[in-house]
Amino acid sequence: MPAQPKILLLDDDQDFLDLYREMLSQHLPSMPEVRAANTGARALSLLESEPFTLLVVDLNLSKMDGLQVLTIARRKYPQLRLVVLTGIRDEQFRTRAYALGVDQYWIKPETDQEMGLFMESIEALISREAQAGFRGVQSKSLVDIIQLECLSQSSCMLKITNGVTEGKIYIQNGEVIDAELPGMTAEPAFQRILSWKTGSFETLPPDPTRVRTIFTSYQGLLLNTAQAIDEAASLDQQPVAENGAPAGAIPVSANGVASLLADVSQMEGVEFVLALGAEKNQSKNFWGLENPKPVAEFTRQTLENFRWLGERLQVGELQHVLGTGPQRKVAVGPCGKSELCIGFPSALSPEQVRDSFKNILTKWAS
Amino acid sequence: MGFLSRLFKPDDPGLVHLPAGSFTLDREGRVMTSTLPRSFPAEHLKAIGEQVLASFRSARKAQIPLSEIIIHYAALKLLARELGGGAIIFLMPQSLNQQANAALKKAP
Repeated sequence: MPAQPKILLLDDDQDFLDLYREMLSQHLPSMPEVRAANTGARALSLLESEPFTLLVVDLNLSKMDGLQVLTIARRKYPQLRLVVLTGIRDEQFRTRAYALGVDQYWIKPETDQEMGLFMESIEALISREAQAGFRGVQSKSLVDIIQLECLSQSSCMLKITNGVTEGKIYIQNGEVIDAELPGMTAEPAFQRILSWKTGSFETLPPDPTRVRTIFTSYQGLLLNTAQAIDEAASLDQQPVAENGAPAGAIPVSANGVASLLADVSQMEGVEFVLALGAEKNQSKNFWGLENPKPVAEFTRQTLENFRWLGERLQVGELQHVLGTGPQRKVAVGPCGKSELCIGFPSALSPEQVRDSFKNILTKWAS
Repeated sequence: MGFLSRLFKPDDPGLVHLPAGSFTLDREGRVMTSTLPRSFPAEHLKAIGEQVLASFRSARKAQIPLSEIIIHYAALKLLARELGGGAIIFLMPQSLNQQANAALKKAP
């Protein structure tokens, strides 16, 4: 990351570019270097040739529109901060921009006050990036953040996102008082959040009404968690047999998903489970399937097709696909580096299937 | 040909607003009826239809025949029902407000 923040402005209005280039480069305390592009293609070629901290994009551009630029920028440069600055007040474009992973969506300021707020928010974004670089961090960095917050006796709520799963850690006057995950709270939730290897997080204002459920000191909590992670890692490294067991049995795998499969298979209503690695030739882990190959093909093809479609329609990440048939219901979805397909009885309602699938994703992501 | 296609190239559609509505497809993937506005590009309809029909086919091949598929994206929900080899597909754009309201309803 360059020492001096670099901002790239994309708009097809040259007067706008000149005005904002001057404003941002001369009136922000961090004195960023500001470059400008008047087409999406030009912006992408600049991003390719040099690193930027922040990309500010108008949506309504000729040829390649702003959503297309955002889709490519988010995929190719996950560390890049993205801001939409547009005249479009349509709620749908705001939703789609956030779904594509933008940090902020601004309507072009019309008053001095609005311009002041915009400048402040840009400064906050680029200075936060320069100081810390909190995006897609490893769990070690999350430990560092908790230690920092606790040492400085601060109060805040850390919101941590790992794929579709969202966790919260509540810190009050330098002590971790509670943690929360879907279907889990207190110390177990804290340990599970800390076991995540990737994700992103943000610091939010504290919740003074939060009831304390954790009474262990933060040092004790971090120590317990480190021990639990070490133990889990050593279990994973034990030698195991090849996978591919008959229906009803749980195949043993070298990456420690066997116990996870066992857990999921015990969940109410689950008829079969299939977990695939990201690569086509990676092993399948399954339970309750006589012949997993065609189901694996269906899972891969469905996810691949609908991911492609989502990118084409610019509607953000594919979350999951739910199918209903005369014999059973199925839920298919990505989960970190895995792809899951779960079978449920046809008697379950779509809401029950969706909730169960979300719980399974949470378990798997952890 | 290249010169002619450049001359008669249609106007760039620019930002495409996702409409709410439905359309039906026959078993070959041809659009039969639609309640979606004409401004919504036909290529998008074709792309949605192709992927949905491919998923129904792939599910049948995997011995898990499906009569309905719901595809959830962050900003769009697609609901597709099998219809004699073709399908009826509903487009339901999702907004942040809707998602926030749903989350509030679920909260204890």
